[in-house]
Amino acid sequence: MTKKLMKGNEAIGEAAIAAGAINYFAYPITPQSEVAEYMTWRLPEVGGVFVQAESEVAVGNMLLGAACTGKRVFTTSSSPGISLMMEAMSYMAGDHLPVVIVNITRGGPGLGGILPAQSDYFQAAKAGGHGDYHAIVLAPSSVQEAVDLMILAFDLADNYRTPVIVIGDGMIGQMMESVEFPAKYREPVNPETKDWPLTGAKGRKARVIKSLFLDPKLLEKNSFDLAAKYKVIKEKEVRCELYKVSDKNRLLIAAYGTMARICQTAIDELEDEGISVGLFRPITLFPFPEKEIFRETAKANIRAVLTVEMSMGQMIEDIDRCIKGKKPLDFYGRTGGIVPTPNEVKDKVRQMLAAK
Amino acid sequence: MAIDTNVIFSRPKALSENITHYCPGCTHGVIHRLVAEVLDELGVRERTVGVAPVGCSVLAYNYFAVDFIEAAHGRAPATATGFKRIRPDMIVFTYQGDGDLASIGMGEIVHAANRGEKFTTIFVNNAIYGMTGGQMAPTTLPGQRTTTCPQGRDVSLAGYPIRMVELLSGLRTPAYLVRVSVHSPLHVVAAKKAIRRAFQLQVEGRCYSLVEVLSTCPTNWGVAPTTATKWLADNMLGYYPLGTYKDPDQEVR
Amino acid sequence: MSKQLEVVMAGFGGQGVMTAGQLLAYAGMEEGKQVVWIPSYGPEMRGGTANCTVVISDVRIGSPIINNPLSACVFNRPSLDKFGAMLRPGGLLLINSSLIDVASGRTDITEILVPANDIAIKAGSPKVANMVMLAAYVAATEVVSFDTLNRMLELKMGKKKDLLAVNHRAFEEGRALTGKVFTMR
Repeated sequence: MTKKLMKGNEAIGEAAIAAGAINYFAYPITPQSEVAEYMTWRLPEVGGVFVQAESEVAVGNMLLGAACTGKRVFTTSSSPGISLMMEAMSYMAGDHLPVVIVNITRGGPGLGGILPAQSDYFQAAKAGGHGDYHAIVLAPSSVQEAVDLMILAFDLADNYRTPVIVIGDGMIGQMMESVEFPAKYREPVNPETKDWPLTGAKGRKARVIKSLFLDPKLLEKNSFDLAAKYKVIKEKEVRCELYKVSDKNRLLIAAYGTMARICQTAIDELEDEGISVGLFRPITLFPFPEKEIFRETAKANIRAVLTVEMSMGQMIEDIDRCIKGKKPLDFYGRTGGIVPTPNEVKDKVRQMLAAK
Repeated sequence: MAIDTNVIFSRPKALSENITHYCPGCTHGVIHRLVAEVLDELGVRERTVGVAPVGCSVLAYNYFAVDFIEAAHGRAPATATGFKRIRPDMIVFTYQGDGDLASIGMGEIVHAANRGEKFTTIFVNNAIYGMTGGQMAPTTLPGQRTTTCPQGRDVSLAGYPIRMVELLSGLRTPAYLVRVSVHSPLHVVAAKKAIRRAFQLQVEGRCYSLVEVLSTCPTNWGVAPTTATKWLADNMLGYYPLGTYKDPDQEVR
Repeated sequence: MSKQLEVVMAGFGGQGVMTAGQLLAYAGMEEGKQVVWIPSYGPEMRGGTANCTVVISDVRIGSPIINNPLSACVFNRPSLDKFGAMLRPGGLLLINSSLIDVASGRTDITEILVPANDIAIKAGSPKVANMVMLAAYVAATEVVSFDTLNRMLELKMGKKKDLLAVNHRAFEEGRALTGKVFTMR
């Protein structure tokens, strides 16, 4: 394995190929258009498919059709484009289709801006489309982690037959860091090894992939099936990282993605001042690390919890429900492309500790 | 008892045994059958995937004995694109009504046709929204009454009905674009010929193909099942001329 | 060497600040350090100022966003105005004196004047002003070795032998401008 210096957007594209996903559908949107530009020359080298669609609405529905082949398929987009894909997202969840959707988020609402933000948390973690469904949501905080989580995303999508969202802010897409890819790339999935892809009704009954159930009993059953799947996902697929968490911590910061790295710098610098703060970083936004955040915040040495986001406060609602009122919870956030600095985070921490 | 029997008519293998839910006098059943016969005749049933629309034929997957995807409203051409690009060896068709294709799915159909996607569309035009209960469609005729234009379609507000094959014929990309009807046995025979050519061109991997089939909706037109085909002939043929609008073997008009 | 060095490379679009920053990041990575390269992006990519930030560290890099960097190389006047004021006290500022006839006015930082365009023309092409500046920066900080920097240059421009020679000359000229004046803390 050799290290490469790569832009997040390009690394995400290469990671998909490493995962055996060579079928890509997309529409250009800042700040992630480099993925399509990368795939447009890289995919032909590996015999893949790239369609530049007429809209993100079409992208979502191309993915739906593409996923029915049983092969690994994916798209990348950014916030307004992801909103347009929510139609297909809901259908694909209802259809039990494996698909990976990357959201390199920018500020909203509306056309918003093009700079990094985390204001799509609700849409990703709570189901942005209609109906009773969830997608698994993975939030990398570095280019290497984006690569690792892309590969994981395809495995999770296949294992659970569900859409998986990889969510990174614009910074993850735009920055270059050193990355390593697996020495051995995965072979594309063989649909014949599965019992659901559409391969032609030869020697078997015709298969239908659908989310329409006019009989309420059958629709409820589909929702039960989805819920059962989410239950297993919640039990098995929670991922989070603790940074400098110890019994000396007076405060715990919860942050994800790029924001977590900024908090990491703030925590390092506070440590130099003799202020001990730990970082709780959810890697899966769904399933949310519910038990883990409760366990960490319930510890006697933790006087308060601070959630820091590049939004007006979205993940904090999950933190709030998980700490169950055991500790005071505060929030710091900037948005619209303005990113909280380590100094701002440090000031907020000092302020909270002084108020005690 | 030995009786010599020859089967001269049977259910095509590509049709399932399910009884359709279509209204009396509706021609969806005829069109389903034509598609199924063609799939049988071309010997492609076992490598075909259909894409069902939203509309009266939303349950089309119950009536065909081929693999099926149910698409979101209007998005069948995008969904078919996704599938066919990855599996060019398979035969893919979308089956769409006028609300699905010419209204909410206008963007998807135009771009799929323009990219020259190698699948086939069966476009069923009955000039009205059927499933939702008879509202105005993009293909509702001038002056035609529906539940959302009870005084008749006012072209000064709603514009004129969209002639899809003419519209798509304006695209430079080669395609097979044809309008047929199923209001008489003679027309049914011609319709089948067009559907067969559409699928044949796909089998050869040549071009996008779309067959617009003029169809009936006695329930929402407010006419008797027995007179629906006459209504079609009297009202639709004038506005929607039958014929081949584009063919890869002919010069572009 | 201490833990982390951040440098902003800023100038007009077309002055090669992105390339210079990337080359530095490649060299840092090659020497086993943690690196981050971040571009400015958006509609201002054409015209106006272009800039990138490179972070080189011995340990896992926290915030990739650096509001007050320790060092900067400014290629034009707007960049001096913007980033000169943002440097942390004790920082290092390299100014392209071929195009900028003023200094930052700050007394709490180290300034080095680099006539990058003049030297580049002497080296064979005005296009290698970025390499002159990069070499001066590396000479002043020793953040990476010239061995590594040269190897990375060859890796990135291997096929263009003429261009490579000009770039190497730019490196030598830039390197000769200054000795080590800056130590990371």
